[in-house]
Amino acid sequence: MLTLAHFLTLGAILFSLSIAGIFINRKNIIILLMCIELMLLAVNMNFIAFSRFLGNLDGQIFVFFILTVAAAEAGIGLAILVVLFRNRQTINVAELDDLKG
Amino acid sequence: MIVQQLIFYVFALTLVSAAVAVVTVRNSVYAVLFLVLAFFSAAAIWMLLEAEFLAIILVVVYVGAVMVLFLFVVMMLDINQEPLKEGFIRYLPVAVVVAIAMAVELLMVLWSRGRFGVEMFPVPQPNPVGYSNTRELGELLYTNYLLPFEVAGVVLLVAIIAAVALTLRTRPGIRTQDVGAQVRTRRDESVRLVKMKSEKPRSV
Repeated sequence: MLTLAHFLTLGAILFSLSIAGIFINRKNIIILLMCIELMLLAVNMNFIAFSRFLGNLDGQIFVFFILTVAAAEAGIGLAILVVLFRNRQTINVAELDDLKG
Repeated sequence: MIVQQLIFYVFALTLVSAAVAVVTVRNSVYAVLFLVLAFFSAAAIWMLLEAEFLAIILVVVYVGAVMVLFLFVVMMLDINQEPLKEGFIRYLPVAVVVAIAMAVELLMVLWSRGRFGVEMFPVPQPNPVGYSNTRELGELLYTNYLLPFEVAGVVLLVAIIAAVALTLRTRPGIRTQDVGAQVRTRRDESVRLVKMKSEKPRSV
């Protein structure tokens, strides 16, 4: 029988995997963006599971807005990436140290 | 029930292995393609949770638009992959430790007795025939959540303008058509009337 815990477990595993991805791909901005997308997917999975098991559609509305914001974020992030690559010829995070922070 | 469980485990396994591939594969193009696979499996699982509208939206908007955008950018940029992969082995142990610690903590909460089990959240009945998930979502979206819905539209508009404004560039030294200048042109800038005597025919 599929309980709520099954779906939440799937979300938790996905979230941990994308955390690991952010650690090991810390040089490549594109993969970092993809890990963020994966993380949002894990969160959305939890929202939809709760929405189903509580019988309340508000969770799905939240997922709708998260998808909207994620699409906007991906668009702007990739635009920044293109501009960055045009100016620096690299997307290596280690070389982006102009601000000396 | 058995069929549902089978579907869940098949797609969950696909989803998790695709996610592992996304974070470990060396080529960014393959990473994007594995992410597409992950989104497809997630959409199937959302179908199982009877969130049909969002499952379709995930495939259409995410796979169809956002992932294609990623693919465009990955293929358009001529990236030297080698320096981007250094430190992969070095950070791998830390990543594995952090991920496993986090997963174990989350699972301990999830599977502790009587928290998220069947007793607290009984398995809901399937929706009746004729129930439309899209209709219910639409009714909620256009009544209780009208203002956030409009704000979401504004967010998308801002994203469009920002993306265009960021990537737009005018290169010097290139002859391009300037529509504004063409439209602004006045008659006396381009036409010059000259008074001159008409030629007389040569007398024979």
